[in-house]
Amino acid sequence: MSTATSAIDLAAPPGSGPRVFIRRLRNGDEVAHLITLVFAAAILLITSVMVYELWVRSSLTRSKFGLGFFFSSVWDPVAEQFGAAPFIYGTLVTSLLALAIAVPLGLAAAIFLAELAPRKLSDVIAFLIDLLAAVPSVIYGLLGIFIIVPVMRTVIGPFLKGTLGHVPVVGPLFQGPNYGVGFLTASIVLAIMIVPFIISVSREVLLTVPREQREAALSLGATRWEATWKVVVPWARPGVMGSVFLALARALGETMAVTMVIGNSPKIAASLFAPGYSIAAVIANEFAEASGDAHRSALMELGLVLFLITFILNGCARLLIVATERGGGRPS
Amino acid sequence: MKKTTFLVSLLMFLTTLVGAQSGTVLINATGATFPAPIYQKWFEAYHAAHSNLQVNYQPLGSGAGIAQLTAGTVDFGASDMPMTDDMIAKLKVKPLHFPTVIGAVVPTYNIPGVSGELKFTQKALVGIYMGTITKWNDPEIANANTGVKLPADDIIVVHRSEGSGTSFIFTDFLSKVSPEWKSKVGAAASPNWPAGLGGKGNDGVMGLVKQTPDSIGYVELIYALSQKIPYGSVQNAAGKFLKADLAGVTAAAAGAAKIMPDDFRVSITNAPGAGSYPISSFTWLLIPSQFQDAAKREAIKGFLNWMLADGQNYNEGLSYAKLPAAVIAKEKKQIAMIQ
Repeated sequence: MSTATSAIDLAAPPGSGPRVFIRRLRNGDEVAHLITLVFAAAILLITSVMVYELWVRSSLTRSKFGLGFFFSSVWDPVAEQFGAAPFIYGTLVTSLLALAIAVPLGLAAAIFLAELAPRKLSDVIAFLIDLLAAVPSVIYGLLGIFIIVPVMRTVIGPFLKGTLGHVPVVGPLFQGPNYGVGFLTASIVLAIMIVPFIISVSREVLLTVPREQREAALSLGATRWEATWKVVVPWARPGVMGSVFLALARALGETMAVTMVIGNSPKIAASLFAPGYSIAAVIANEFAEASGDAHRSALMELGLVLFLITFILNGCARLLIVATERGGGRPS
Repeated sequence: MKKTTFLVSLLMFLTTLVGAQSGTVLINATGATFPAPIYQKWFEAYHAAHSNLQVNYQPLGSGAGIAQLTAGTVDFGASDMPMTDDMIAKLKVKPLHFPTVIGAVVPTYNIPGVSGELKFTQKALVGIYMGTITKWNDPEIANANTGVKLPADDIIVVHRSEGSGTSFIFTDFLSKVSPEWKSKVGAAASPNWPAGLGGKGNDGVMGLVKQTPDSIGYVELIYALSQKIPYGSVQNAAGKFLKADLAGVTAAAAGAAKIMPDDFRVSITNAPGAGSYPISSFTWLLIPSQFQDAAKREAIKGFLNWMLADGQNYNEGLSYAKLPAAVIAKEKKQIAMIQ
């Protein structure tokens, strides 16, 4: 507000009154405030409605199985026995393994595009990567079935079995029958799907690192790589972390591509070659033909579990970002 | 489910608006995916000849058909499995089951070096899917296929991953021929499979079987015929090995027509008769026995009469088996029960 107060303002009680409100409305502050508040509230509302609906609709199995739902590995719609353990296991294993594959690849590609590649080339590739991120997941699933599954069965699987399969600790991960579909194949397909997210966001973040940071490092005698790895990347760490957790969220919720290559068998197995199942996949597969109220309720509860997993992992992400910011290279 | 219900009601609202203008009766229906091609053909052909009825059929699955009929969001449903007494008890208006076409499920396999057609005894199919028969050269398979050199390799079992009427028909057959299967697994759209990998849809199962050496799966007959997939023959109740074709499926239905209950809720897997293909099933329209709206009632009755007569001529063009005459005569009587 300007200092030149008018007679009207003086007449009104200070700080309130309809006239002040109308004037502020005219200035746009209140309107913008109201509209943004409504949108922010809508997000809160949608989230709570979702949780509420899942909670109410899963009441049947929640009361019947209690906490045992998390630990039982029986999934038998005919006998109406439901346990979420194989699905939780499958979801976590495929998503985390996908991250383990995708993060180094994505980060390396982002560093190359942001720091080393000529700007023009970088922009062209970034455009293509954004295209990749928009490809429907069923396409990745088909790619998985027709290219990755046969390669997995005939080349990668036997190779891993012959090499890592004999190593003491990790050996059990690479043993047993290799069908071509299973945890590892699903993780690879997921990794391919989420790499574009990591590259795209990380590249943008790396590009926003101030020039002075690099110049300061270089002037102190750092090599180009040292400046990148020790100054630029730590500076961009929160943003890079953000991209990783965005990718993790996508991997956790991915349905179509996973169900096409994971084998759809609700079992917990040590081997990464074994077929498994994920939460999103079983919900999509069984919901339309769910055989009864208990079956539908169990699927709803699985939805709730997925929500919980996402919630916990996002919480961990926040903590991780806070922790790394404190010890990171960025001045606070 | 909530979302689907909402969309359906929105669609119904919109179509009612349009309907009010043009004077046609608009019907919403949801249900089984297996008969969806023939249903859509029927509704289209009937609408071309009788402009007073237009049906919007959404193939969301048998379970969805029953659920939405129960919720009252559709005018009628469709299902690959008959409703149980418990399901019917939840409905205010009792539904009538109208068999429309007959489908069959066939075993398909991929064994390197075996090009001939395999014969599957009932015990062999049960054992393979139970996980008790694990090698292709198991005596139960080998004895029925003398002259075929079967490898000593592990059998890789493939089933449907999503809930489906096809799985219901297949497990219904296994339950009938094996008490052990019935008590341990049972008949269901998505049972707890004792063995194997899941493929999504007929395509998913076929894709896995084609790509995995020494595998076996099951697909719908119409899918196998349209994709020209080789498949094996199955031993029927009379002990004969039959390769599924449309005539054998109709024969199974005719064999079952003699024992057909008045409400048509019958399973015809493992039906009696030397010519009956054992893994066959009706698929049903679930029509409420009472309609408040007289125009809707008459339009649906008109369609059902047409479907049982002229409509059946479309079946074989789309690889569905025709209904046997005895069943048609019986269904015509049931139409009068719609009030």
